[in-house]
Amino acid sequence: MDNPLWLIPALPLAGFLILAFGGSHLSKKMIAAAGAGSVCLSALITIMIGTKLLSAGPDGGTYSQTLWTWIDVAGFNAKITLTLDALSLVFVFVITFIGALIHIYSAGFMEGDKDYSRFFACMNLFVFSMLVLVLADNLLLMYLGWEGVGLCSYLLIGFWYENPANGYAARKAFTITRIGDTAMAIGLFMVFYQSGTLVVADITAKAPELWQQNETVVTVIALLLLAGGVGKSAQLPLQTWLPDAMAGPSPVSALIHAATMVTAGVYLIARMHVIFELSVVAQSVVAIIGAATLLIAGFTALTQYDIKRVLAYSTMSQIGYMFLALGVGAWTAAVFHFMVHAFFKALLFLAAGAIIESLHHEHNMFRMGGLKDKMPVVFWTFLIGAASLAAVPLISSGFYSKDQILWYAWGAGGGSPLLWAVALLGALITAAYTTRMMILTFWGESKTHIGHHPGKRMTIPLIVLAFFSLVAGFIELPHNFGHFTLFSDLMHKVLPETILRTNVSSEWMFQLLAALATFGGIFLGYFYYGQQPQRIENLRQNEMLAGLRRFWFSGWGFDQLYDVILVKPFVFITRINKADVVDKLYTGIVSVTHALYRLLSRTQSGSLRWYIMGMVIGAIVILGIQMML
Amino acid sequence: MDIAFYITAAVTVIATILVITRHNPVHALLYLNVSLLSHAMLFYLLGAPFAALLEIIIYAGAIMVLFIFVIMLLNLGKETEEQERKWLKMKVWIGPSLLAAILFAEFLVLVLWSESAAFGPKTVNPREVALSLFGVYMIGVELAAMLLMAAVVGAAHIGRHKRLVLHRFLKEEKEEHEEAVI
Amino acid sequence: MKSSVSIEMVMLLAGLLFALGIAGVIIRKNIIFMLLSVEIMLNASGLAFIAAGSHWGQPDGQVMFIFILAMAAAEVSIGLALILQIYHQHQSLDIDKLKEMNG
Repeated sequence: MDNPLWLIPALPLAGFLILAFGGSHLSKKMIAAAGAGSVCLSALITIMIGTKLLSAGPDGGTYSQTLWTWIDVAGFNAKITLTLDALSLVFVFVITFIGALIHIYSAGFMEGDKDYSRFFACMNLFVFSMLVLVLADNLLLMYLGWEGVGLCSYLLIGFWYENPANGYAARKAFTITRIGDTAMAIGLFMVFYQSGTLVVADITAKAPELWQQNETVVTVIALLLLAGGVGKSAQLPLQTWLPDAMAGPSPVSALIHAATMVTAGVYLIARMHVIFELSVVAQSVVAIIGAATLLIAGFTALTQYDIKRVLAYSTMSQIGYMFLALGVGAWTAAVFHFMVHAFFKALLFLAAGAIIESLHHEHNMFRMGGLKDKMPVVFWTFLIGAASLAAVPLISSGFYSKDQILWYAWGAGGGSPLLWAVALLGALITAAYTTRMMILTFWGESKTHIGHHPGKRMTIPLIVLAFFSLVAGFIELPHNFGHFTLFSDLMHKVLPETILRTNVSSEWMFQLLAALATFGGIFLGYFYYGQQPQRIENLRQNEMLAGLRRFWFSGWGFDQLYDVILVKPFVFITRINKADVVDKLYTGIVSVTHALYRLLSRTQSGSLRWYIMGMVIGAIVILGIQMML
Repeated sequence: MDIAFYITAAVTVIATILVITRHNPVHALLYLNVSLLSHAMLFYLLGAPFAALLEIIIYAGAIMVLFIFVIMLLNLGKETEEQERKWLKMKVWIGPSLLAAILFAEFLVLVLWSESAAFGPKTVNPREVALSLFGVYMIGVELAAMLLMAAVVGAAHIGRHKRLVLHRFLKEEKEEHEEAVI
Repeated sequence: MKSSVSIEMVMLLAGLLFALGIAGVIIRKNIIFMLLSVEIMLNASGLAFIAAGSHWGQPDGQVMFIFILAMAAAEVSIGLALILQIYHQHQSLDIDKLKEMNG
């Protein structure tokens, strides 16, 4: 244990254990100290180890620490081994650092809640599981963390369980992600069956010899793993759980459903990039799923009332960008966007949570407004987050990451003009709905009375996150200005370099177009919601547009579609089978046996005569048979 | 000698029929005695004098005495006779008799249709029986001895009039309880 | 003492007695009569053994008869002891009254 790596997941686990078993005896201060303190310490250790790894790391750029052997059966060996390389370092950093900020925020946000310790216990367990997920050196341990975060997500979406709708949302999230998880488990079985190991490093080393390029097996494995990632990351077609997951407290939405857990799919695909690189089909599927999701989620976000649902759809859309980047082979860009997105999306959710809390749990943006002057800290931090989301050129970090993805969508090996066009349209829509959200929430006249202002514990994390949302982009600057590639240099120890199709020199034009798209979107949002709100009313009068709006508002009818093709038939079958048709067979056997038993027990009359009669008749029959023969 | 066999056989059958139809148990016992004696006669005719003697001594002697004792103990008399008369109704015995008749008919068919063999009864004297009994059938004799032993113990046990029997611990408890009451 | 009666006749006689015994067991309601009928059946089978033994000139038939005798003695002693107890407890020898099963 020369290396404190194991402490990173162990501290949140300890926090969870303390709170789960002793939470009811602790004061709120103690609970906050245990819950937030453990994650803060983890974050400090992460920064410490991360600096050491980057400055004086070992040759491979990887710290590895085997704690103990988990399973050792007939050639199958799974160890509890933690591995820290550049990729997992980024994730661990985001999880612990943003996690710590969100925990501090929660200490203020959840102050009045009666289940204070349960909340922190679940949050700590989540952080632990997520850390196991990203630090795992083998896929089995990763799957343990994978399921752990799913469980915590379920527990926290349904945190306010007194409202049945929240329980429903939790179940929905759990069930839908389970579909993806099952596919992923099958994928893991296939990986093990084919390669005989689940250790990521071994698979990475073996894969090129084991499988031909574009072999069917590897495509199937890649698609199964992708299904797991799609479920977790709320991409098409398993995306419907994420908007409902907003039923949980805002810090949960910020940590789990925006910053970390939903990006587990991105991590999985980046981690298993070797397998995806072997299959052109699977990679194109990743890109297409990403592109389709970013567009669909973007349009849906344009129509939502609920501020948290807008943010949920924007999360889906931004993860769509990451998938698109993964699909075209821009691994580094995807991870970069993940990191930037984690900062500004956590910021947006926390700020939205602060607004909702101040406005007496008002979620509807149309009843907000005029908060610009009343809540300056929240306004400015929200503005920075929104700028990052909308990818305002040069000043926001979102611009650098998204611009990179847009550029690679055209220029990278797997890219195509169509994907680029979709991504560009997505950028336009993103800017539009972000502007709409900003205008509705902060400008205009005040419609709801402000209850109380967020305290220091809530505003400080906002300011810190806002700072990072501004500067996180500068660690990776495009080729044409600065050409500062700190992040991709770091990543290239783990992830392959992005292969470009076209000449780098034309990047200017793409940047210009991306900037134009952003400004176009901002202008659209400003024009319709800020300047001439009556135009929106006019548009609503139009029958066709109103229908389209309803269609978008419902999330492109996916819920209804699944209701019709999955839920309804299932309910129908259960209704038919109310009396349990299959069980009839078994109850039939039982009743026949019972009838026979009654018949036989009738013969046990206790009457000796009947017994003797039986014997005599038996003798007669046997002798009769003998006569026949 | 045939005629002796047939006469004895007729006596046996008639006596047996009377046994199962009598109302008074003592009458039935007497007919059973006749039946047993004629059995002994049959055994003798079939060349088994030792078996005939045993039949008389044990069956007609010992076992009959047992039956008589029991009938005496139970004091079965006129009332039993009346009761039996009531019980032995036509509808009661016609079915079972039919069954028995069918069974007999099947015996008849099987015996008569099977291959006939000349029958020359040979006398088997007690010496041969004894040699066989205490030679090859030794284990059987020992088992029979155990059976009889068990029967004696069992009969003694079952025949005893039950008193309240308590385990010694319970008995002590009871006594203590009684002492406490006193 | 030679007899020329065919073995079939003896066997038939044994069968007839056996059938009568069975009829007795089924017809009578009184346990004592049932026990008597059982004795008749035992005797009938004994007769069959003895006839077979003398047919083959072997002692085994008589040995079997002696075993039957021993068994009959045991059975009668136990049976009568039971009858005594039953009468003592139920004041009846009616086999139908004694049944306690519900069937």
